[in-house]
Amino acid sequence: MSLLFSYLFDAANWSGPTGIPARIGEHLFYSLLALALGAVIAIPLGALIGHTQKGGFLVVGIANGMRALPELGLLTLLVLLMGIDLLPVTIALAVLAVPPLLAGTYSGVRNVDRGAVDAARGMGMREWQILTKVELPNALPLLLGGLRAAALQVIATAAVAAYVSFGGLGRLLIDGLKSLDYSQMAAGAILVALLALAVEGLLALVQRAVVSPGLRGGGKRSPTAEITRSTTPEQIPEPAGATP
Amino acid sequence: MVWDWIPRNTDLIVRLLGVHTLLALIPVVIGLVIAVPLGWLASRNPGLRSVLIPAASVLYTIPSLAVFIVLPAVLGTQILDPLNVVVALTIYTVALLVRSVSDALAAVPALVVAAATAMGYKPGRRFVSVELPLAVPVLVAGLRVAAVSNISLVSVGALIGVGGLGQLFTEGYQRDFPTEILTGIVLIVALALVVDGLLVLAGRFATPWTRMGVGV
Repeated sequence: MSLLFSYLFDAANWSGPTGIPARIGEHLFYSLLALALGAVIAIPLGALIGHTQKGGFLVVGIANGMRALPELGLLTLLVLLMGIDLLPVTIALAVLAVPPLLAGTYSGVRNVDRGAVDAARGMGMREWQILTKVELPNALPLLLGGLRAAALQVIATAAVAAYVSFGGLGRLLIDGLKSLDYSQMAAGAILVALLALAVEGLLALVQRAVVSPGLRGGGKRSPTAEITRSTTPEQIPEPAGATP
Repeated sequence: MVWDWIPRNTDLIVRLLGVHTLLALIPVVIGLVIAVPLGWLASRNPGLRSVLIPAASVLYTIPSLAVFIVLPAVLGTQILDPLNVVVALTIYTVALLVRSVSDALAAVPALVVAAATAMGYKPGRRFVSVELPLAVPVLVAGLRVAAVSNISLVSVGALIGVGGLGQLFTEGYQRDFPTEILTGIVLIVALALVVDGLLVLAGRFATPWTRMGVGV
C-alpha cells in the first residue's frame, strides 16, 4: 500500500511545470473551457425549449444520443482533423457537458409553477422578462444540479486529453501506464477523483448561496418534490460521473 | 477518408464489435443481479439507504481510465486482462442501478403490497411476482442508461489494450487514419441505439398492463 502512495507523497512531484499543482491547474483549465462552451450551447437551448414547452422530445433525444458518443473516439478524430490544439479538446469535452446541462435547464424551466408564470404574464411582463426574472431563478436548483453533473463528467473525463499529448492529471495515468509505474497511476486516479469531488462540493455551496431561500424550504412545493412528480426518469438530469 | 478500408477489414471490425458487445453487456447483467438485492435492502432500510446511495454516487465519480488502471493492482490480474474492464463496468452499473432499484421499489404503492399480503403472498413470492414487476419501468430506464454508457466506456479500455472497438481509436490515432476512428464511433453509437431499443422493447414486453390503459 505504501508503494501505491509513494508518487503522491514524494515532495519532488509537487513542484515545477510538470508537478502535481501544475497538472491540476491544466486539468481545471481544460474542464472550465469545456464547461463554458457546453453551457453557452445547452443553457439557452434548454431555456428556450422549456419556456415554449415545445420540443421536449428533442432534449431527451439529444441527451441520450450524445451519451452514446465515445469520448476517446471523438477526441482522437477531432485532433486528427483539426490538429493538436485546445479547440478539439474543448469541443470533445463540451460534448459531455451538454446533456446534463440541457436536461437540467429544460426540466428546471418546464417545472416552474405555471401559476407563477401566468401571474407574471398578467402583471405585464414580456416573455423575455418572464424567462429571466421568473423561470430561470425558479429553475436554478435543477439547472445547477445539471451543472454539477456536467462538471463531474468533464473533470473525470478530461484525463483522456493526455492521450493526445495534452497535460492535466491524465498525464500521470498515461505516463505511469507507459512506464508501468503503479504509484504514478494511482496518484493520477486518486487526484482526479478528489478534484471532481472537491469541485462538486464547491458547486453545492454555490448552489446553496445563489438559490432563492423560498425554493429551499421543506414545504410541499420543494423543488425535489416537483422533479419526482413531473419528470420521467429520462428527463431527470443524469446521475453524475461514469465517464471515460 | 479511405472508405475501402472498411470492406478490407470486415473480419477485424466484426470481431471487435463482438468483443465490444460482450465487454459492455456482461457487466450490465452481473450488475443487475447484484443491484436488485442491494436496492431491495436499501428500500427496506433507510439507514442502509443513507449509506449505500451516497457511496454509489462517489463510486460513480472515479474516472473509468483510473479504475481500469488501478484494478489490476487491487485484483492481482494482469493489466491486459479483459476482467479488469468487466469488473470496472460492473461497479459502475451497480452504482447506477442500486439507486434505480431502491427508488422503484419504494414507489410501489403500499396498498398494492398490502393487498398482495392479504391475498396470502409470502414476502419472497410477493417481491418476485408483485413488487419487482411494478418496478420494471424505472428499472428499465436505469438499465438503458447503464447499457448505453457502458458501450461508450468500453472504448476507453483501448488505452490499456482491452477496448473492443476502442482499439480502432488508438490504432487510427497512431496511424493518423481518421476513417478507422470514424468507423469505430459510428459502430459504437449504432450498437448503443440497438441495445437501447431492445431494452425498451423488453420493458414493454415485461409490462403488458401498461398498454391496457388500466391504472396500476
